[in-house]
Amino acid sequence: MINRATWMTKVTLVVAVLLSAFPIYWMFIVATRGNDVVSSVPPPILPGGMFGDNLQRLSDTEDAHFWLGLGNSAIVATTVTLSVVVFSSLAGFAFAKLRFKGRNALLLVVLLTMMVPIQQMGIIPLYMLMVKLGWAGDLKSVIVPFLVNGFGVFLIRQYAAQAVPDELIEAARVDGCSTLRIYWSVVLPALRPAIAVLALFTFMQTWNEFIWPLAVLTPDNPTVQLSISRLNSTYFNDYTLMFTGTALATVPLIVIFVLFGRQIIGGIMEGAVKA
Amino acid sequence: MNSVRTRSAPPPKAPPAAGLSARPVRSSLATWLDIKAAPYALVSPYFLLFAVFGFFPLLFTFWVSLHDWELAGSDREFIGFENYSELVKDADFWNSVYNTLGMFVLSTIPQILGALFLANLLNKKLRFRLVMRMGILLPLVTSIVAVSVVFSQLYARDYGFVNWILGKEGTLDWTADKWSSWTAVATMVDWRWTGYNALIFLAAMQSIPGDLYEAASIDGATTRRMFWSITIPMLKPAIVFVTIISTIGGLSLFTEPTLFNNGDVGGGSLSQSQTIAMYMYERGFRDFDFGYASAVAWMLFLLILIVSVISFLLTRRIGGAK
Repeated sequence: MINRATWMTKVTLVVAVLLSAFPIYWMFIVATRGNDVVSSVPPPILPGGMFGDNLQRLSDTEDAHFWLGLGNSAIVATTVTLSVVVFSSLAGFAFAKLRFKGRNALLLVVLLTMMVPIQQMGIIPLYMLMVKLGWAGDLKSVIVPFLVNGFGVFLIRQYAAQAVPDELIEAARVDGCSTLRIYWSVVLPALRPAIAVLALFTFMQTWNEFIWPLAVLTPDNPTVQLSISRLNSTYFNDYTLMFTGTALATVPLIVIFVLFGRQIIGGIMEGAVKA
Repeated sequence: MNSVRTRSAPPPKAPPAAGLSARPVRSSLATWLDIKAAPYALVSPYFLLFAVFGFFPLLFTFWVSLHDWELAGSDREFIGFENYSELVKDADFWNSVYNTLGMFVLSTIPQILGALFLANLLNKKLRFRLVMRMGILLPLVTSIVAVSVVFSQLYARDYGFVNWILGKEGTLDWTADKWSSWTAVATMVDWRWTGYNALIFLAAMQSIPGDLYEAASIDGATTRRMFWSITIPMLKPAIVFVTIISTIGGLSLFTEPTLFNNGDVGGGSLSQSQTIAMYMYERGFRDFDFGYASAVAWMLFLLILIVSVISFLLTRRIGGAK
């Protein structure tokens, strides 16, 4: 049913894209103007020139610890992403290409773990565990529990199953390669597209995490999302301050999205067909 | 029993110095061990970490829920299912269930219909295809916190954009009662997820073989008829998938309604927009009543399970009726 698009189709799609972009655009307008922006009628449609002032005000708002939060989020998201990529590609490769007893049963377990919202379900014992380990309030508490995830293992498995030919692995074995050597020299290069998608998704997800950092971290050592929520609950009438923080926390993700948009969309759509 | 190779395997490290060309002579025992043991070594980090930080908390939640367990820790007492029997009589809990289901229905149905509609439009011959797809996916990269902060301002009573458009400036307080706050939260969820779901449907639409449509059009079927009799039934797996994902996400909703109430997990003065996850958080991390909050967590899990099964059964019937 691939028809040529009518003008109605085009208009509707353009409206959908505009609706999608509008709140983000509005965020940047408010972030670059003074607080009078929210009460002016009609609302302004172009960015102003006060971003520098707002930035200064944000830095002066000490109890939000915004820059610390931004740095913390960068550390947390990068560490978690690296770890998820490494462990998922190792396990995904094993599930897709190696023969071992219990493989299907173990893979089923991975699938089941994907279905449970651990973040919400296990939050209380996880918090107790962190207190016991002395990690509460420390960045370790928002990193270590998320070093692996079932989605990553499954994604890599699905991709490796069709992207790495068995003959290649057999040939490497005949050449005397160890399993780890095969992973490094044969499998990993072939997995690159899937790894890119997994890395982007993991980074975004970790960067955006909220309920768990809220529970386990303290306001003086926050992630960037906590900094913003603190601005939101304490300064909720100071919209430019809040929106400046929000805009700054969104920019890294938008940059990633613009640079890798094609891969991200490819990853979502390819994954969807197989799911 | 483990060979030195596998045990000391540091996963991402550079390979041993010997290159592919210079074949190291390895004993057959080492090779045998490598083939037998390496797979387990490769999957074990996942299972070990998951066991500690995923599986254990899940089970332990149940154990905690059987106790009168406060933060102090010293005076915990095994009370069996008392937390649960208290919970089923707890009006605040049922209020949060009601709110969660309300927001879930208000967000999920328009979201899935909207995504189907958008996917159908994107599935035509278009220029700027990538720009369009990226455009509708843009909301997904914005953090939920950012979305909630921006939408809270858009829905503000006095100078909010929404009230300005509706001509209700200063009079309509979206946070004040159930229906308005549910609607506001539902639009945040839909804004973020509709584009993503549309791309999943689009992928599924593109994998439908073209000759199905050709055959139908030879038989004189209209475009509308083809959409309902071919496209929708062929999309069934994708629709089931999206529905289940939306169910899990929708029922554990936390960030949007919390920030919509300026960070108040109570969900407003009358708890008009408090979800189950917010209630759990309130009992666990405001009142530090871990036992009771754990019981709420298990009820949430149960509810997700029940609603998922219902959604699955409902969506599975799609296309079967015609």
